[in-house]
Amino acid sequence: MKTFKLGGVHPPENKFSEKQPVEILPVPESVSIPLAQHLGVPANPVVKKGDKVKTGQLIAKGEAFISANIHSSVTGTVTKIDDVIDTSGYRKKAIIIKTEEDEWDGSIDTSDNLIKECNLSREDIVKKINEMGIVGMGGAAFPSHVKLMVPKGKKAEYFLINGVECEPYLTADHRLMLEKGEELMVGITIQMKALGVDKAIIGIENNKPDAIEYIGKLAQEYKGISVEPLKIKYPQGAEKQLIKALINREVPSGKLPIEVGCVVHNVGTAFAVYEAVQKNKPLIERIITVTGSNIEKPCNLMVRIGSPVAALIEVAGGLPDNPGKVISGGPMMGKALNDLDVPVTKGTSGILVFSKKQSGRVPEITCIRCGKCVNTCPMALEPFFLALLVDKQRFEDCEENMIMDCMECGSCHFVCPSGRPLLDSIRVGKSNVGKMIRERSDK
Amino acid sequence: MNEIVLYSVLSIGGLGTLMAIVLYIVAQRFKVIEDPRIDTVEERLPGANCGGCGYAGCRNFAEEIVKAGSLDGFNCPPGGSETMKEIADALGLEAEEQEPMVAVVRCSGSLEAAPPKTRFEGLNTCAFAHSLYAGRSGCPYGCLGEGDCVVSCAFDAMYMDKDTGLPVIIEENCVACGACVKACPRDIIELRKKGKKSRRIFVSCINKEKGGVARKNCKVACIGCGKCVKECKFDAITLEDNLAYIDFNKCTLCRKCPPVCPTGAIHEVNLPPRKVKEKKEEDSKEA
Amino acid sequence: MSLLTVSGSPHVHADESVRKIMYGVLISLVPAMLVSFYFFGLGAIIVTLTAVVSCVVFEFLIQKYLIKGPVTICDGSAIITGVLLAFNVPSNLPLWIVVVGSFVAIGMGKMTFGGLGKNPFNPALVGRVFMMISFPVQMTTWPKPIPLNTQLTDVVTGPTALAVVKDGVGRGEKVSELLPKVPEYMDLFIGNMGGSLGEISAIALILGGLYMLVRKIITWHIPVSYIGSVFIFTGILWWVNPDIYVDPVFHLITGGLMLGAIYMATDMVTSPMTPKGMLIFGIGCGVLTVVIRVFGAYPEGVSFAILIMNAFVPIIDRAFKPKRFGEEVKNG
Ligand code: SF4
Ligand code: SF4
Repeated sequence: MKTFKLGGVHPPENKFSEKQPVEILPVPESVSIPLAQHLGVPANPVVKKGDKVKTGQLIAKGEAFISANIHSSVTGTVTKIDDVIDTSGYRKKAIIIKTEEDEWDGSIDTSDNLIKECNLSREDIVKKINEMGIVGMGGAAFPSHVKLMVPKGKKAEYFLINGVECEPYLTADHRLMLEKGEELMVGITIQMKALGVDKAIIGIENNKPDAIEYIGKLAQEYKGISVEPLKIKYPQGAEKQLIKALINREVPSGKLPIEVGCVVHNVGTAFAVYEAVQKNKPLIERIITVTGSNIEKPCNLMVRIGSPVAALIEVAGGLPDNPGKVISGGPMMGKALNDLDVPVTKGTSGILVFSKKQSGRVPEITCIRCGKCVNTCPMALEPFFLALLVDKQRFEDCEENMIMDCMECGSCHFVCPSGRPLLDSIRVGKSNVGKMIRERSDK
Repeated sequence: MNEIVLYSVLSIGGLGTLMAIVLYIVAQRFKVIEDPRIDTVEERLPGANCGGCGYAGCRNFAEEIVKAGSLDGFNCPPGGSETMKEIADALGLEAEEQEPMVAVVRCSGSLEAAPPKTRFEGLNTCAFAHSLYAGRSGCPYGCLGEGDCVVSCAFDAMYMDKDTGLPVIIEENCVACGACVKACPRDIIELRKKGKKSRRIFVSCINKEKGGVARKNCKVACIGCGKCVKECKFDAITLEDNLAYIDFNKCTLCRKCPPVCPTGAIHEVNLPPRKVKEKKEEDSKEA
Repeated sequence: MSLLTVSGSPHVHADESVRKIMYGVLISLVPAMLVSFYFFGLGAIIVTLTAVVSCVVFEFLIQKYLIKGPVTICDGSAIITGVLLAFNVPSNLPLWIVVVGSFVAIGMGKMTFGGLGKNPFNPALVGRVFMMISFPVQMTTWPKPIPLNTQLTDVVTGPTALAVVKDGVGRGEKVSELLPKVPEYMDLFIGNMGGSLGEISAIALILGGLYMLVRKIITWHIPVSYIGSVFIFTGILWWVNPDIYVDPVFHLITGGLMLGAIYMATDMVTSPMTPKGMLIFGIGCGVLTVVIRVFGAYPEGVSFAILIMNAFVPIIDRAFKPKRFGEEVKNG
C-alpha cells in the first residue's frame, strides 16, 4: 500500500462519527459571515446595513486575484457590518444578518437531480468557480479558482483528490464520499476539464474501506479517474505528502504542486465545484463534524456558513459538564477557541470538544536528544534545533535551516517524549523569518 | 628515568616556543589597525551591551561615533547625559542634552480588572501568545502576561507582579534602554519623559476598540469618550481611534484629566496625594 | 464555568514520555542482569545495587542542595546510569570504588553539564573510565564465573579472554595456540566467562536490544554499524594474518562490544540524531574500538572509543543534516 516515505505519525483515530449520516443544522437566527474566510485579501462588502438579502445572494466581492466572493447563507436583513471575534479571538470584519425566512436566490437549482453534462468551456468553469466563492475546504481555504488557473509555461498532468482525512476524529469528508459520491465524481470531471488533464487520482486512507469500495465502483464509470487506497499516516492530507504518496513526486522546497504537474483539491472542494457549476449554488454551507470523546452525540452536520459554533455543539448534545478545550478543526492542526460565539467559516472542518483531562499538555522537560522529532518530521527538518535557534533569536540560521518549509503539522510536538512545545517555538520563528524575508524584498 | 624527564621538558618546551612564534607571526601579519579613539569611547561606556543605543553592542556604538565624528543622534540611554558628556570631553565634541526617559507600562488590565476568560498553555513567551490568541481577557491590545519584557531587561528593572499579572518597572533601575519596548509584541511599553521628580501622567491603555467592546473585556480600559481631551487646556491630549494619548512634551502635570476619566485609565505617578478640597490651589502651583 | 484552555496545535500527544523510555531500557536490561547474577552470584547483586542506589542518591543530593532545582530522580535515568555503571565493573570490585565511580558518573558526567539531556558524554562511561584509570588493579581483577555463587570472597580470578589473547600475541605466541586457553565460543556467547558484570552474555544483550528495537527506543543504525564495522575491520586483519590477529567472531562476543554497541553507544543524549549521523557514529566507534584493542595499550577499547565519538557528536549532527523534503528533487 502506498504512502509517503519520510516521517509521519499515527495518532489514535477516534473517528466516533463515521457511521453518522449527515444531518442538517437548522438555519440559525442570525449569522455573522466574516469577510476574510479565505487566504488572501478580504472581500469587500456590496450590501449595507438594512439591506434585505436572499440565501445565496452575493454580499461581498473578492476583488483581488487571491480572494473569494462571499454569499449570504440565509435570507434576512443585514443588521450591521462590524467586527466579530474570529477563531483566535482577534476581531475581524463580518456581515451580520438576521434571519427571517429561507428563500433561495432564483438562479440556484435546489433540486436533488444529478446533472452529469457540463458544456461550459474551461475558462467559463473557472469563472463560475470564482463567482461562486469556492475555496479549499480542507482547512487552509485557498481560493480554488486560483489553483485551477495553470500559470504559463507549466502543465498540469494529474488532478489529485484528497479524500485522506488524516486528522483524527474528523469524518466530514468520509461521509461526503459515501453520501455524495456521484456528485463528487461529476465535480472531479469538471475540474479535470478545467485543467485539461486526463488523469485524476483519489487518495483515500484505508481506515475508510467502505468509501474506497464505493468510490472505486463509481470511478469505473468515469474515464481517467482512479482510486488509490493509502496506508494510514498523518499528515498524508498535506498537499506535498499526498503528491509523494500518490505519484511519488517531490514538490521542491518553496514551490507549488503545479511545479511537478499536479493540482490537489479536497473532496469537499470537488463537491462544492459540482454544486457551483451544475447547480449555480455558491459556497454557503458545508459539512462539519462535531465530536469529542465525551460529546453525547458525535455527528456530521450540514451547516450554513456563519452559524455560531455553540449552535453546532448544542445539536450534538451540548457542552459536557467540564469542557477543557474546544477546537475548530482537527486535533493535530486545529485552533483552540476562546469563545463559542465564533462563526463557522468555509474552512471549518470540525468542532472538537475535549475534556479537562484531555486538554492539558504533558509536562515539559529538557530535550533528551532522542531524535524522534527529527525522524518524524515529514519535511525532514530538525524541529529541536529550530526551536533552539528561535530561543536564541538566531533567525538567519532558522531560515538557513529551512524553517519556512515547516507546514505546522505538529508531528514533532506530538512525538516528543519530553513534551517540548516545538511547534510553538517554530511558529514564532516562522513569523520572524517571514518578517525578515518581507523586509528584504521591500528593499 | 632522568632522560624521560629531560625529553618531556624539552619537547613540551620546544612545542610551546614554536607555538609562541607562530602566534606572534600571525598576530603581526593580520594586525588590524584601529582608531585608538574607539577604545577611548568604549572605556567610557557602561559595557552592558544592551543595544539601547540602536547599535550592536557598546563597541559598535563606539566605532560608529568615531566614524561619524560627531555626537548628533547618538545617545547611550543607560549611561545618560553624564556618559555622553564624558565621551564628548574625551573626543573634544559637543554633546546635546538628552532628557532622561523612563519606561511605562500602558496596560492596567490586571487579573482583577480584566478577568481571564481562557487558560493559556504552551510556550511561555508573549511573542507566541500574541500570534496564537487575543489574550487571556479577550483584549487584543492588552498585556499577555508572559513576561518577554522582563526577560529582555538587562538592568533588573522589571518584574512580573503575580497578583496583577502585569509587569512592573522599577524606576530607579530603569535606564530607558528600550529593550522591553522592542520585546513587547504589542507595543504596550513606551519610553516617556521622566519628568521633574519622576512625576508623570499618562493613559495606561492602548486599546483602540470601541468603548463598549473594550469595556466588556476590561474595566479600566480607555473607552475613547474624550472627556480628558476637553479638560486639558494645553492641547496635550489627542484622541485617535477611540484612544486618548497624552503628549509628554505638552503635559504640564496640571492633574485635571485623571479625575474626569470614567474608567480611571489615566494614571498619575509620584504625584503627592490629592487633597480634595484644596484642589484648585494645588493645580495652580503645579501649573 | 471553568475556563477553556487555549494552546497551539497539536492538541494531542503520543503516549510517550521520557520516563517510559527510561523504564523500557531498564526492562531490556533484565536478561543481562539475570545472567550476571547467575554467573557472578551475590557479588554481582551487591555491586549493582550499590551503583544504582548511589547514583540515585547523588543525583538527588546534587539536584536538591547544589543546584536547588527540581528533583528528577524519578525519570529513571539515574537508575540506568547506575545499572550500566555496574555492568562495566568486575563483580568483586570494592564497594567504595563503586560509590566513587557513581559519584563521578553522576556528578562529573551528568550534573556538571546541567543534567539529563545536556551531558555530552555518556555518564556511565565517564564513571567507568575514571575508575579504570584510578584503580587499574581492582578494575582488571576479573572473577571467574561460578554459577549461583553466594560466597563473597575467595573467588578465583583471571584475565579476560581479550587480555589473554592480547598478552599472548604481545609475547609472540600464535593465536591458534592461545585460543585453547580461553573459553569455548559457545560459552563466550552465553556469557560463561570472566569479565565485567553485564558485558559477558552476548545473547542476553542482543535480546535486550531487540526489545528496545521493538519498543522503538533505539533504531538499528548504531548497533548494526558499530558491530558491523568491528566485524569487517577485524575480518580484514584476520585475513591478512591469522597468526597475530584473532578472528572477527571472537571480537564480537568478547569484551564489552555488545554492551557498548547496544546500550552505551545508543544512549540518546550522547549520540547523533539523524540516521546518517548514527551510521557515521557507529562506524567511528567500531574503527576506534578495533584500533585500541589491536594496536593500543589496553586490551579493551569500547569505552574509550565511544567517549571519543561522543565528543564528535555535535560536529556529526551539524555535518550530516537530514536531506530535506523537496531539497534535491529528481522526479521521473
Ligand atoms: S517541524 Fe513542522 S513540518 Fe516538521 S514535524 Fe514539526 S510541525 Fe511538522
Ligand atoms: S523529540 Fe523532543 S526530546 Fe526528542 S530530540 Fe526532539 S525535542 Fe528533543
